[in-house]
Amino acid sequence: MKRLLPFAIIVIVLGGAFAGGWYWWHAAQKSVVVSKASTGAGAPAVVTSSPVPGAEPPHVRGAENAPVTLEEFGDFECPPCGAFYPTLKTMEGEYGARLRVIFREFPLMQLHPHALSAAHAAEAAGVQGKFWEMHDLLYENQNTWKDAFDTRPIFEGFAGRIGLDVERFKRDQNGDIVEGRITRDGIRGHSLGVNGTPTVFINGREIPYEHFNTPEGLRAEINKALNSTGP
Amino acid sequence: MKPNRNRRAATLHAVAAFVALIGLADAIYLTIEHLTGQSVRCTVISGCSEVLSSPYATIHGYPLALLGAIAYFTVFSLATLAAFGYRLVSRLLLFVVALMFLTTLWLLYLQAFVIHHFCQFCLLSALVTTTLAALVAIASRRATGRQHVVTGD
Repeated sequence: MKRLLPFAIIVIVLGGAFAGGWYWWHAAQKSVVVSKASTGAGAPAVVTSSPVPGAEPPHVRGAENAPVTLEEFGDFECPPCGAFYPTLKTMEGEYGARLRVIFREFPLMQLHPHALSAAHAAEAAGVQGKFWEMHDLLYENQNTWKDAFDTRPIFEGFAGRIGLDVERFKRDQNGDIVEGRITRDGIRGHSLGVNGTPTVFINGREIPYEHFNTPEGLRAEINKALNSTGP
Repeated sequence: MKPNRNRRAATLHAVAAFVALIGLADAIYLTIEHLTGQSVRCTVISGCSEVLSSPYATIHGYPLALLGAIAYFTVFSLATLAAFGYRLVSRLLLFVVALMFLTTLWLLYLQAFVIHHFCQFCLLSALVTTTLAALVAIASRRATGRQHVVTGD
């Protein structure tokens, strides 16, 4: 009997480990729902009509009549958004005219001290028609500015690199147009239950993070959307 | 032959098994956090996003924390068997724990000098592995000491 005791203990712990994992898994799933509900409008799994439109016109990359629209709520200082950037870029190359990408500002000011100023920089570049150029530079160089004390000279350097009128860029960063766009994107995010970044909607359906954080996962989600809209 | 040396090694292995349980719980928690993407994303309630979202947090798409959970379970099983007097496993236990300790040093290096962020749950795991390494090393020294006594007598 005593010889079996250690094996019995091991089996019991193995069972406990699975039970604990199961419990945490469900607790984590539940916390997503709770935090989304607390942001206001609940968490619609499928959005059939846009609850709040967001900044108009949105920042769009890709063909207007593309069968798949991917809308990202992003924060330029958030590392997972930075990691998602090359994944999405690869997909844009692969799918070409079949994929349209919309970027929405969702700076998490509580977590990232420079998220808001980065959003301001991107939107100010957008005033001069170069939002995506700034968007790309911010993500590609995230590590060079996210720990800086003062990001202004860095962002002005980016503005110069992409050929913006830097003086105008500096004025626009604090202008009403930029401020209004970020606020409207944020309100749209809240109305959709966005509570973190990156949050991705494909043809209006929210995609769980673990389904789109790898190129394979994102490709599968885009293919699913393509198949459901027809060839 | 001093039986209390044997008993001390058994006690150390029992303590190691208990400590491995803490590591197991921590690693399961990190695995779930990783898989559900909660602290992996930047959310209003953030934890270890910098560390868990880094490319070092996965091996071929599998969360590193899952490997940690399997390792802690292995250590728990081996330490339990060793505590119950299965002598052969104690050497295997020493090998597994040594491997884990080296991995921990590497992960601490990554957090400090590459990712530049520390994740508290990863630090707990480092503490657990270091404790395990110390316990298992002392237990194995006692076991070797006993053999010396046996041959010396």
